[in-house]
Amino acid sequence: MSNAKAQKSVLWDWLTTVDHKKIGILYLVSGGFFFALGGLEAILMRIQLMFPNLGFVSAQTFNELLTMHGTTMIFLAAMPLLFGFMNYIVPLQIGARDVAFPFLNSLGFWLFLFGGILINLSWFLGGAPDAGWTAYVPLSSEYSGTGIDYYVLGLQISGLGTLISGINFLVTIINMRAPGMSMMRMPLFTWSSFVASALILFAFPALTVGLLLLMLERLFGATYFAVDFGGNVVIWQHLFWIFGHPEVYILILPAFGIFSEILATFSKKRLFGYSAMVFATLIIGFLGFMVWAHHMFTVGIGPVANAIFAVATMAIAVPTGIKIFNWLFTLWGGRIQFTTANLFAIGFIPSFVMGGVTGVMLATSAANYQFHDTYFVVAHFHYVIIGGVVLGLFAGAFYWWPRMFGYKLNETLGKWFFWLFLFGFHLTFFVQHFVGLMGMPRRVASYLPGQGLDSLNFVSSVGAILMSVAFILFLVNVVVSVKNKSEADPWDGRTLEWGIPTPTPEYNFAQTPLVRELDALWYEKMHGNGKLKAAEPLDDIHMPNGSILPIFMSLGLFIAAFGLIYHVIPVTVIGLGITLGAMFIRSIKEDHGYHIHKEDIKKEEGVG
Amino acid sequence: MAETVKHEQTLPSHPEKATLEGKNKFLGFWFFLGGETVLFASLFGTYLGLRNGVADGPTSADLFHLDLVFIMTMLLLTSSLTSVFAMINMKKGNFKGLIIWMWATVFLGVCFLGFEIYEFVVYVNYGLGFTTSAFASSFYTLVGTHGGHVLFGILWISTLLIRYRKAGVTLTNAPKFYVASLYWHFIDVVWVFIFTVVYLMGV
Repeated sequence: MSNAKAQKSVLWDWLTTVDHKKIGILYLVSGGFFFALGGLEAILMRIQLMFPNLGFVSAQTFNELLTMHGTTMIFLAAMPLLFGFMNYIVPLQIGARDVAFPFLNSLGFWLFLFGGILINLSWFLGGAPDAGWTAYVPLSSEYSGTGIDYYVLGLQISGLGTLISGINFLVTIINMRAPGMSMMRMPLFTWSSFVASALILFAFPALTVGLLLLMLERLFGATYFAVDFGGNVVIWQHLFWIFGHPEVYILILPAFGIFSEILATFSKKRLFGYSAMVFATLIIGFLGFMVWAHHMFTVGIGPVANAIFAVATMAIAVPTGIKIFNWLFTLWGGRIQFTTANLFAIGFIPSFVMGGVTGVMLATSAANYQFHDTYFVVAHFHYVIIGGVVLGLFAGAFYWWPRMFGYKLNETLGKWFFWLFLFGFHLTFFVQHFVGLMGMPRRVASYLPGQGLDSLNFVSSVGAILMSVAFILFLVNVVVSVKNKSEADPWDGRTLEWGIPTPTPEYNFAQTPLVRELDALWYEKMHGNGKLKAAEPLDDIHMPNGSILPIFMSLGLFIAAFGLIYHVIPVTVIGLGITLGAMFIRSIKEDHGYHIHKEDIKKEEGVG
Repeated sequence: MAETVKHEQTLPSHPEKATLEGKNKFLGFWFFLGGETVLFASLFGTYLGLRNGVADGPTSADLFHLDLVFIMTMLLLTSSLTSVFAMINMKKGNFKGLIIWMWATVFLGVCFLGFEIYEFVVYVNYGLGFTTSAFASSFYTLVGTHGGHVLFGILWISTLLIRYRKAGVTLTNAPKFYVASLYWHFIDVVWVFIFTVVYLMGV
C-alpha cells in the first residue's frame, strides 16, 4: 500500500515538475515517441513504394502518411528532442541553478505535448491531414477534410509552447550566466541554442498568423485565399516559408552545437576557430530569414526576385563552409577517440556536406525548374535533416546520456547502431537523387513499372528498413545498458556540465562556479585542482515550487480546439475558460518557492 | 505577507528591475514584444496584399471616415500618456498615483474599444461582412487582432490593480506594473501603424 502511494507521488512529481532537468527528460521521452511514430509512417510509405503499382495503402492513406510524417518529424520529434537537450544541458553549461522562467518552461512542454496529441488524434477521428506538411492553399482550404483542422489547431497550440520556450532560453542565457561566463566564453551548444531561440522568436509568429488565417478561412468562412473574393493563394506560401525556412536553422544550429562540443571533447583539443564558429552561427541565423522565397522559385514571383533569393541562399554556404573546416581542423592533430558519440559527429561531416552541395544546386533558380517537386528535393532535405539533425541527436544522446540518466550506453551496440544507421541512411536517400533526376515526382502514392524506377525504389526501401532496425538496436541499448553505471565525468569533459556530481542534484551547482576561461572545466583541470572554483559561499538555495496549472492551461486549449473543429461553441468557451481560469489562479496566488538548507546540501555533496 | 511590506523609504530608483526576477521579466517581455512585432508585421503584410481585393463588396474609400479614427487615436495616445504618469509615480514610490493613473489608462482603453465596436457595427450594416471579400477578412483580422490585444490589456491591468489595490509599490509588483505598461505602449505603437497603413492610405 505504501508502495502504491509512493508511485502516485512520483507520477504527481513528474506532472507538476518545473525542474529544467526533468522537463528536458519529458521532452526526450515524448519526442522519442513521436520520432518512432514518424519513422513508422515513413516505413509504411517506403513499403508502398517498394514495388510499382503496389496496393499496400490507398492513395488517400498515402497522402495522410506523407503529411503526418513531415509534420511529426519536424514539429513533434526533431524540435522537442533538441529542446530536451537544450533544457537539460544549457543551464548546466552556463552555471545556472535553473532557467529564467521555470513555470513557463513546464507550460511550454505541456502545450507541445497536447498539441502533438491533438494532431495525432486525427488518425482516429475522421482522417489525418492530407495536404502535405506545408498545407498549401487552396488544397488545404477548400479540398481537404477535418484532418487539416487538427493540423491547424494542434500546430497552433504546440507552436505557442515552442515560442514560450524560445523566449525562456534567450532570457536564461543573457541573464543567468555564472560570474566570468562572458558571451565569448559560452560553449558552442549554448551559443547555437541561443541563436536558434532567437530564430524561434522571430519565425514562429509568422506561422501563428498563417495558421490563424487558415483556421478562420476553414472554420469561419474568411476569404484571404479565395480568388473569387479577391484573395491570393501565394500569401499562405509567404507566411509559411517566412516561418519554414528559419525553422530548418532552428533544427540544424543546435545540432551544429552538439557536434562542436563532441569533436572538441574527443579530439582533446580546444574547438578550432571558436570566435569564427560563433560568428558563423550568427550569420547563418541572420541569412536564414533572408531566403524563404527560394521555396517559391516556380510560383511565378519573377526573375528578379528569383535571382535575389538564389544569391542570398548560396551565400549561406560560406558560413557553413567555415564551420565544416573548423570541425576538420579541430580533428586535425587531435588525439581522436572513436566513441560512438564521436563516430556520429565524424559521420555527420561528409553526410551533411553532400546535403549542402545539393542545396546549392537547388538554389540555382533556373535549374530549380527541373528539380522542382521531384525526389531530388526529397533526397536533398533528408540529407540535411538526417545527416545533420538526426545524427546530431544521436551523437548528443550518446554523449550526454551519462549526465542525464547516470549510466553509459553500451559502446559495442552503439557502434553497430551507428554503422547500420549510417549505411541505411545513405542507401535510402542517395539513390533518390537519381530517381528524382529521372523524373519521379515527390508525394505520389505509386509509379508504373518499366520506367526505370523499380530497382532504385526497391534499394531505397531496403535502406529505410535498415534504418529502422538500427533504431530498434538503439532502444535495446537504452534498456540493456541500465546497469552500466557511469562516473560524473566519463568523457574527461571540458565544459561546466561535467563538473557536478552524478546524478545531477536538483539545484545543479551547490555553489555557483567561477568561470576563468573558455572550456571552464578543462581550464581547471590544466591550471587548478580539477575542481570548479566557487563564486559564492555555500548557502541555502531558493527553489521554485512545482505546479499542476501548466497541464490545465494546455488541457483547456486542447478542449477549446475540439469545440472549434466540431463547431460546438460552448465546448470552446469551456476550454478557454479553463485556460483563462488557470492563468487567473496563477496571477492571483503568490508562490514564493522554498529553500534547500545548506546542511542538506553539504550532506548530498559529501562535504563537512 | 512579504509582498505587503512597504518599501517606500528603501525602494531603489528602478524597482521594476532591481531583482533577478524583475530583470528576467523585463528582458523576457521585450523579447515577447519582438515576437508580437513579427505577428503584426505578418498581418500588415497580409492586409497590404489583399486591400484591393474587394470583389463586389465595399472598398475602404466607401467606408473610412477620419473623424472617427481621429477620436480613437486621441483616446489611445492619451492612454499611453496616463500610463507614463503611472510609471513616474511608481518610481517615486507613490502608490496612490500609480493606481489612479493606471485606472485612467484602463478607462481610456475601454472607451477606445467601445468606438471600435461601434465602427465595426457600422461597417457591417453598410455591407462589409467578415466574409464579404479578401479586403474585409484581412481588415477585420488586422484591426480585430489589435482590438483583442487592447481587451487583453484592459483585463490584465485591471486584474493587477485589483490584486494589489492595497499592497503599495514593492519589488514584487513593480515589474508587473512596468511590464503591463510596456505592453500598453506597444499596442499604442501598433495603432499608429494601423492608423497610417489602413486608414490614411485607405480613404
